[in-house]
Amino acid sequence: MENLEQLVQDGLSAVESADSLQALDHIRVEYLGKKGVITQQAKTLGKLSPEERPAAGQKINEAKGQVEEAINARRAGLEKAAIEAKLASESIDVTLPGRGQDLGGLHPVTRTLQRVEEFFSRAGYTVEQGPEIEDDYHNFEALNIPGHHPARAMHDTFYFNPGTVLRTHTSPVQIRTMEAGKPPFRMICPGRVYRCDSDMTHTPMFHQVEGLLVEKNVSFADLKSTVEEFLRVFFERDLQVRFRPSYFPFTEPSAEVDIEWGREADGSIKWLEVMGCGMVHPKVFEHCGIDSEEYRGFAFGLGVERLAMLRYGVNDLRMFFDNDLRFLRQFR
Amino acid sequence: MKFSEQWLREWVNPEIGTQELMDQITMAGLEVDGFEPVAGEFTGIIVGEVKSVEAHPDADKLRVCQVSDGSSVVQVVCGAPNVREGLRVPFAVVGAVLPGNFKIKKAKLRGQPSEGMLCSESELGLSDNHDGLMELPADAPVGQEVAEYLKLKDVTIDVDLTPNRSDCLSIKGIAREVGVLNSAQVEAPAIETVGAVHSEVPDIRIEAPAGCPRYLGRVLRNVNLQAETPLWMKEKLRRSGIRSIDAAVDVTNYVMLELGQPMHAFDRDEISGGIVVRMARAGEKLVLLDGQDVELTEQTLIIADHDKPIAIAGVMGGEHSGVSDKTRDLVLEAAYFDPIILAGKARHYGLHTDASHRFERGVDYELARDAMERATRLLMDIVGGEPGEIVEVASKDDLPSAKLVTLRAQRLTDVLGLAIDRTTVEEILTRLGLHVEKLLKNGWEILVPSFRPDISIEEDLIEEVGRIYGYNNLPVTEPNGSLGLRPREEATRPVSAIRSFFVDNGYQEAVTYSFVDPKVQKLVDPENEGIALANPISSDLAVMRTSLWSGLLKTVAYNQNRQQSRIRLFETGLRFKQDGERIDQQPMLAGVVVGGQYPENWANGRRSADFFDVKGDLESLFRVLGIEIQFVGSQHPALHPGQTAELLRDGEHVGWLGTLHPQVQKNLELNGTILMFELFLNSIVTGYVPNFKEISKFPEVRRDLAIIIGIDVAFADVERVARKHAGEQLTALRAFDVYEGESLGEGNRSLALSLFWQHPERTLNEDEVHSLFNGVIDALKEELGATLRS
Repeated sequence: MENLEQLVQDGLSAVESADSLQALDHIRVEYLGKKGVITQQAKTLGKLSPEERPAAGQKINEAKGQVEEAINARRAGLEKAAIEAKLASESIDVTLPGRGQDLGGLHPVTRTLQRVEEFFSRAGYTVEQGPEIEDDYHNFEALNIPGHHPARAMHDTFYFNPGTVLRTHTSPVQIRTMEAGKPPFRMICPGRVYRCDSDMTHTPMFHQVEGLLVEKNVSFADLKSTVEEFLRVFFERDLQVRFRPSYFPFTEPSAEVDIEWGREADGSIKWLEVMGCGMVHPKVFEHCGIDSEEYRGFAFGLGVERLAMLRYGVNDLRMFFDNDLRFLRQFR
Repeated sequence: MKFSEQWLREWVNPEIGTQELMDQITMAGLEVDGFEPVAGEFTGIIVGEVKSVEAHPDADKLRVCQVSDGSSVVQVVCGAPNVREGLRVPFAVVGAVLPGNFKIKKAKLRGQPSEGMLCSESELGLSDNHDGLMELPADAPVGQEVAEYLKLKDVTIDVDLTPNRSDCLSIKGIAREVGVLNSAQVEAPAIETVGAVHSEVPDIRIEAPAGCPRYLGRVLRNVNLQAETPLWMKEKLRRSGIRSIDAAVDVTNYVMLELGQPMHAFDRDEISGGIVVRMARAGEKLVLLDGQDVELTEQTLIIADHDKPIAIAGVMGGEHSGVSDKTRDLVLEAAYFDPIILAGKARHYGLHTDASHRFERGVDYELARDAMERATRLLMDIVGGEPGEIVEVASKDDLPSAKLVTLRAQRLTDVLGLAIDRTTVEEILTRLGLHVEKLLKNGWEILVPSFRPDISIEEDLIEEVGRIYGYNNLPVTEPNGSLGLRPREEATRPVSAIRSFFVDNGYQEAVTYSFVDPKVQKLVDPENEGIALANPISSDLAVMRTSLWSGLLKTVAYNQNRQQSRIRLFETGLRFKQDGERIDQQPMLAGVVVGGQYPENWANGRRSADFFDVKGDLESLFRVLGIEIQFVGSQHPALHPGQTAELLRDGEHVGWLGTLHPQVQKNLELNGTILMFELFLNSIVTGYVPNFKEISKFPEVRRDLAIIIGIDVAFADVERVARKHAGEQLTALRAFDVYEGESLGEGNRSLALSLFWQHPERTLNEDEVHSLFNGVIDALKEELGATLRS
């Protein structure tokens, strides 16, 4: 019994110096295992008188508890250190770039088209498509542009033969839509159009969105709100919009739409033409079998590249069709 | 149309500045394209008179002149060939500043003192003419500022008129608009009837009255065409963009600009017999005033004499019958030609003249007589001469008739969205020259004047009221029709979803031209000839694409030439094929991949994309779309014969996937292994609406096997046979290893497969699975000659 205290002291210092979980386990077995030196002390209890036994037993238990507690504390310390060492060995450079596929991007024309389509879809317009190789009737005649019309000269048409052209605008789709259905109509037609013209500011192919609304009671005032609201939503600005009388064979009255775009040198508003629009010409309704006394309509058309250039600050129209990756990647 | 602001202000002079005037007409629909001052900026230039001219003692080409500035006489050395005694010229005195900030100082020229400079037109910024001094009229007041004398505080305004507004192709027409916009009085010059002093009249016959319903002619005898056009007229012409030629041409141009009536002057002695207006006969020829020798077509309306054509009606006169300074007797022409008959004729001969521009758009059909009188008077003031009677030949039936158009007040309100009061409407219409013929209970009956051929229906009148009232003064209201919400099929995915898929998978969208290089087209699709444009913009954009690959491969070349080696592109759009009589225009989805499969970095490696990378992308797409596609080994002329898959959906062709054929690649000078695909969009966008199936609670069983099989046996066949024998409870079959090596023997490969079974209602027992698995193995052996790999 007399060396119990010594045993505890030895045990505690052994625990203190254990440098691994394995070593600690050896110490546990050595002191507290079935044959451990402190456990063995219980055998000495038989030699004691029954009166002395409880106190001595308690002392042994206290000694065991003391060493066990030290072992547990040491184990927790060693485990923590082990985890920390493992974590330290697993650390990586989180600033290195990630693995895997790159992201592509939409062409800026598509990106613009999708914004235009989204606006009008929410306003209840359908999105219609039509052929790009178009007959003379749908591209011109039905839109009140007969063969001798001076407006034809403005169109620089690509021909396959005298009756077949590459559509010069998306307006034929409004004819096809009205031919195929019954009013009312709310539709837009986005798509490619073609003009035989190529220089700094013209490409032989470009994109338009044509819009058409036909209802029983619609006016130029309604057209104004539709166009103004669209332009403000598109440019996300409360910009000034003005309507300037103009001429399209398929609308009457007709207007060009200008938006404010900065200031002139003298401080006055600089206006930029962005759209054309007007009330559907009765001749167009007649070609589509719609009674213009019962229905009225408005139509508008916009150049997609023009809007994209203004929106994204692109300064050269031709870049849209070079498809230079260094250009395209800027729009993802 | 270009015109001088000052000229306009002689007709109508509202109290607004130049900018406001331009803004105003722009907002009335006559868009101002630009403007420029009619002269350069200068000071100190006055009218000088050359008092004497002497030879320079030391220079052959210089003259020593004494020039009066009105109060004193100074010496000026001058090199102009036309300097002479008595000439009045622009004289830049010492201290003057010429355009370009060129200061005039005292100088010595070859030893002779010179105080000032005598000026040419170009030195004043009036024109490019620097052949000699600008000669001022003999009555120009010596000493007066030239800027003041020539009224140079003026601008040339250029309006870009829409084709309907032929009425504004004249000072008269623009003045009318400005008058309406400002409620200002318009003052037209008086047009007087010039009485005949002899009885000679031209013999005029119209054989094509539909093309020429009205023709006026007049003989003017004994003119002096050596007479100079007066400076004021030259200046007005110049400021309206027209060059002075001679008095006869200048006057006809002047009247055209002023009133809008194109005219022509013939040399009477060159007209054989009389004037005949007719259609040309095939093979007839004419040398035009510009020297061009043209062969006329039978669709061309011409002016002829009794022997030969002398002008293309409404376009350009002939050289032979044109006037020269020797001409003594003139025949003046003023006619109305039908716009439809004239349409496109000038263009056919490669011409566009001020006359054809006006006649094609429609000239006032009642204007010819006024124009004739006006031109006669102006011409006689310059060249003298003796006028004869005007001969007018007209076909009433072929002339346009005065139109009556009804405008309903309610319709006006409905279309514009605003009720404009009657007085305002009437005032706008009347000022525009639209005569209110009758006041109706619900509107107006309007007589449309002959100068507005563009107005024929009610909407045209509504536009007139609207534009003068001001579009920007009209209200803004929301359309109030109901939004019929349209159904959209859930199983059909929008193209935008497909685009998003490719964007998310590293593809950049391209938009390439629909017309392509026929050479590239032929390489990409030798079996189909692209539909050719009749008038392509260039030879490399000449045929319509039959495949989107042509444009995409060009784009690859473009980018590879710009140091871009990793390229992943897709495009959607129509391709065009002739299909008998009709043209098949199909929306396609195509893509091209070349270079690293992943962006190069420390973790991704540098592996180039291969067939299975792109196939994997397509398989993912098909899962997104909810469709099943079979890839079948096949052949395509543009693709590698051993790396080509035809894509089938329920046995129907939907597209191609493959590696670009090395020969095509070489011809197109492209680098790397190029993977390409093209699919019919309409064949793939519709999938299915999900239909829930109970999830099995019972365990899944997996069995693996490895077989050795001929390399000519497709995995798809192995899968087909295996599935046929694996029973209904097979849930999945995967190839987890493919190996080719010498140890397997020539022409063999090893395929390792995993098969998964699961029963919805119970646990599968060992015997069942064993028997199915063995059945698969036996079938592979028997049907495909496979052996089990040990």
